[in-house]
Amino acid sequence: MQGFKAAQSPTFDLTTSDMFCQSPFYLRNDEGNLHVTRYEDLGELEQAAAGELHQEGSIYSSTMMKPNIDPFLTNDLPFGVLRTSLGSGEMGSSATCVVDVGCEEQFLNQPGPAKVTGRFSTMVDAGQFMLNNCSISSRMVDVGNVGALGNGNFENWGDSCLADHSHSQQTDTSTDVDTDDKFQFFEERHEPLIVAESREEGKGKYGDQKALRRLAQNREAARKSRLRKKAYVQQLETSRIKLAQLEQELKRVRQQGSLVGHGLSRNQSQNANGNGALAFDMEYARWLEEHQRLINELRTAVNSHLCDNELRVHIDAVMGHYDEIFRLKLIGTKSDVFHMLSGMWKTPAERCFMWLGGFRSSDLLKILGNHVEPLTEPQLIGICSLQQSSQEAEDALTQGLEALQQSLSETLSSNCLGPTGSGNVADYMGQMATAMGQLAMLEIFVHQGDLLRQQTLHQLRRILTIRQAARALLAMSDYMSRLRALSSLWSARPKN
Amino acid sequence: MHYQTESWNSYMSQKINITNDPLQHIERLASENAVVIFSISSCCMCHAVKRLLCGMGVNPTVYELDQDPMRGKEMEMALMMLLGNSCTPSVVPVVFIGGKLVGGMDRVMTSHINGSLVPLLKQAGALWL
Repeated sequence: MQGFKAAQSPTFDLTTSDMFCQSPFYLRNDEGNLHVTRYEDLGELEQAAAGELHQEGSIYSSTMMKPNIDPFLTNDLPFGVLRTSLGSGEMGSSATCVVDVGCEEQFLNQPGPAKVTGRFSTMVDAGQFMLNNCSISSRMVDVGNVGALGNGNFENWGDSCLADHSHSQQTDTSTDVDTDDKFQFFEERHEPLIVAESREEGKGKYGDQKALRRLAQNREAARKSRLRKKAYVQQLETSRIKLAQLEQELKRVRQQGSLVGHGLSRNQSQNANGNGALAFDMEYARWLEEHQRLINELRTAVNSHLCDNELRVHIDAVMGHYDEIFRLKLIGTKSDVFHMLSGMWKTPAERCFMWLGGFRSSDLLKILGNHVEPLTEPQLIGICSLQQSSQEAEDALTQGLEALQQSLSETLSSNCLGPTGSGNVADYMGQMATAMGQLAMLEIFVHQGDLLRQQTLHQLRRILTIRQAARALLAMSDYMSRLRALSSLWSARPKN
Repeated sequence: MHYQTESWNSYMSQKINITNDPLQHIERLASENAVVIFSISSCCMCHAVKRLLCGMGVNPTVYELDQDPMRGKEMEMALMMLLGNSCTPSVVPVVFIGGKLVGGMDRVMTSHINGSLVPLLKQAGALWL
């Protein structure tokens, strides 16, 4: 690096465009004469620089010596290379820009192929770095003051290099480059670009055509990637805001739910339907977890062949826990009967078998199957009569429910509008009042359904022995778990 | 005379069936048949309990309180007092078996599930199987 510094003796007028343009820029073919001139100068310069470069590393020298007609190679040229290219004395001005800032060290000695475009990009990069980190704008103005040798070509090239730049990982720079006004006057001033290394004009012309095309492509790609990035950032922002909102709502609902859960048992006031449904869902989830825990304890107790008294403790715990859910369901029914009826708090497969807001008590005994065998004669009779009575009760409630539906639809369909179309408001209100009363009966029906389920469970417990009851409870719980697992599988299945 | 008056009074009260106390009236009605249901014609739970009992082969006697213009209301009130503090909006259906109060739908169902309803019915003579 010291070598470079030594080489930076400004032997040329710093404000001439020639100097600035010579090192990293392409000269367009219409500036042929200048081109030649530049090359002459440049040749000397390059020789000088090359010598310097060789000290630093062959990679740099190769860049200097080789004519590089492809201007749009990847943009991974390190700053260091730029500096080395600027290291020669006559480019001291621009180099000075960079060096004076003292930022070069960060970029120096970065490995990478030295490519021509890379130089400009890194120049831009360097410039951006300078602009970002130090106030070097005056320097850039100097650079920009260099006279115009070319025309729109510079603009294109600069643009493409900006585009090129955007392809680098330094995406922030790309957007910065977009919005950075400082670089505007590169384009405005139409700085000429000189191929530093190219010695043949012919090759340069051919290269230019390809260059133009690639320039355009790069521009497009850069623009697209910028747009994509903007869109992505936008999405992230909105998602973040949404996430924050959801978290807040969740927190609020949780608080309300816990309040509701504790408060409802004390006061009789009706909560809003939404709160009631949510509160029940949360309580149910909690209940389910606890239920699983109790069942697992029962299972270990059964598997470890504990004595009856110890089993009884576990069984009573499970039964007591079942009573808990019926109590919760009563509260839930009072606050939102339609939520209970809908079964949305159950998994889809469970919902399939739902009756009046819960499982069918008559199905309960069918689920048990062989798990409770062997049964004594009285037990068998007991089980059979239980099956029959639960079935009868179910049928009775079902018929009652049908009657309710019938009367409700009769109420709502009764014609309260006169033939002239003028409705009797009093009749309408009366109709609605009746319908409301009928809907209120739904709560009672659901409650009766739960009561039936609860009674069936308790009666089963009474009929069976301890061990049979343990097996029965495990079998029931497994059945429900399988239904829930089935629901998960179903919802996760690949949809065609 | 004294004797005649007494018997005449009791005879008259029996014949005319005038009681000011609805509760007594209810009790009397309930004791007249094996299974008595006090119901309201528009009540669907009453319909359910009727279905249940009929399905079991019982032939209940049903009194529709809304169809008794004179005493329906007060009988309803009396039944409410009889049942105590229940959380249902309507007191009916109320079931008496063998003159004795069983209760509302929940009581009937509970006793049916725990197997006590059928013996009760048999005892009252409502079932012969």
